[in-house]
Amino acid sequence: MDSLERILKDHPFVKNLSPDHIQLIVGCAKNIVFEPGRFLFKEDEDASEFYIIRTGKVALEIYTPEYGPITIQTLGNGEVLGWSWLVPPYEWRFDCRAVELTRAIALDGKCLRGKCEQEPKLGYELMKRLSSVFEGRLYAMRLQLLDIYSSQEPKQSK
Amino acid sequence: MCSMIPHPYKIDRVIKETHDTFTLELKSCNGNGNFEFKAGQFNMLYVFGVGEVPISISGDPNEIDTLVHTTRAVGTVTKEIAKLKKGNIIGVRGPFGTSWPVVEAKGNDVIIIAGGIGLAPLRPAIRQIISQRKSYGKVVLLYGTRTPEDILLRRELERLRSRLDIDIDVTVDRATREWTGNVGVVTSLLSSTPFDPINTTVMICGPEIMMRYTISELEKRGLNHDNIFVSMERNMKCGVGFCGHCQYGTEFICKDGPVFSFTRIKDLFGKREL
Repeated sequence: MDSLERILKDHPFVKNLSPDHIQLIVGCAKNIVFEPGRFLFKEDEDASEFYIIRTGKVALEIYTPEYGPITIQTLGNGEVLGWSWLVPPYEWRFDCRAVELTRAIALDGKCLRGKCEQEPKLGYELMKRLSSVFEGRLYAMRLQLLDIYSSQEPKQSK
Repeated sequence: MCSMIPHPYKIDRVIKETHDTFTLELKSCNGNGNFEFKAGQFNMLYVFGVGEVPISISGDPNEIDTLVHTTRAVGTVTKEIAKLKKGNIIGVRGPFGTSWPVVEAKGNDVIIIAGGIGLAPLRPAIRQIISQRKSYGKVVLLYGTRTPEDILLRRELERLRSRLDIDIDVTVDRATREWTGNVGVVTSLLSSTPFDPINTTVMICGPEIMMRYTISELEKRGLNHDNIFVSMERNMKCGVGFCGHCQYGTEFICKDGPVFSFTRIKDLFGKREL
């Protein structure tokens, strides 16, 4: 078994995907390592890859002219990163920087879109898994927006 | 000690924790200085001429010669408490309420999940567990707060982490690049925390919405409601279940809580009418 295939099949995002589908994904995959401080991507750049993080930690950042870069989320072992490869115009919306030495599998976005078009069952399975990730992140982001640890009490509506 | 009469305590030390939180160390003005309490209980602190407010005890249950409270200056009374200095007198009634299942959790793995100022009511439980560390399996503390500057009891957390027999993970809602820790909600830490759902006791304290989300994640991981304990907060006044200010369905938070097994309150939890 290919080492990439072995690594992929144990990752929580890919786990229990059929061997045929894993084979298809492996065709788009490469191993990648980011040293601490190195950017995985920057805002407005082409979103050409989807990352399956094996180990390490990366920070998603928004640059603000007033405060500089603000970290909005960190992602690490067993998580996935990026969905701008999936939706036009295929450009990153944020910066992403490795906080620790990070090992990941990078899947070529164009290649993966092609495989999903060719094999809709794989496409649907990936969409289901990505939707679950979106749902979790959206919920978490809404909680962060609530600023629940603030000492300022929200005004109650009458 | 009569539960309705405030007893005078002298402020022995004031520790500024973050920009809006502080810890008071109090000594009794009476002869017997010992104050026995259980982890999770609270006192009513009385600022003379201003009012009374329920504050969890944040000290070590094994160190009963000093009464410790950690709180945030947010309301009328706590803002006045924040102005008090060493040597000032404050009224104390208590201890009131139920406690964390520190004894019952022996033999189990323990996961402590705190949000914001919610770390303070859990501190006595952490101290007690650490003092009998061998009686427990794996001990994990997951803490979420607003920013790195809002991390409560930071030095104590760093000391605990250096013990190597307790796993501590901290996350913040937002940070600048100087912070190399986690950014995200506290439940994101749970996904990287392995535990056996049968033999794990979880203690949670924080904003109610954070507790709700956390419990939902724990349910997904197969944890039984009997093993989940939460500390609830309402408008406690008398402290003994007479006045009804803190009534929560059929329960009184001051007397039947603040610490509840989730099984006991799951039908009330998150109800809008309450």
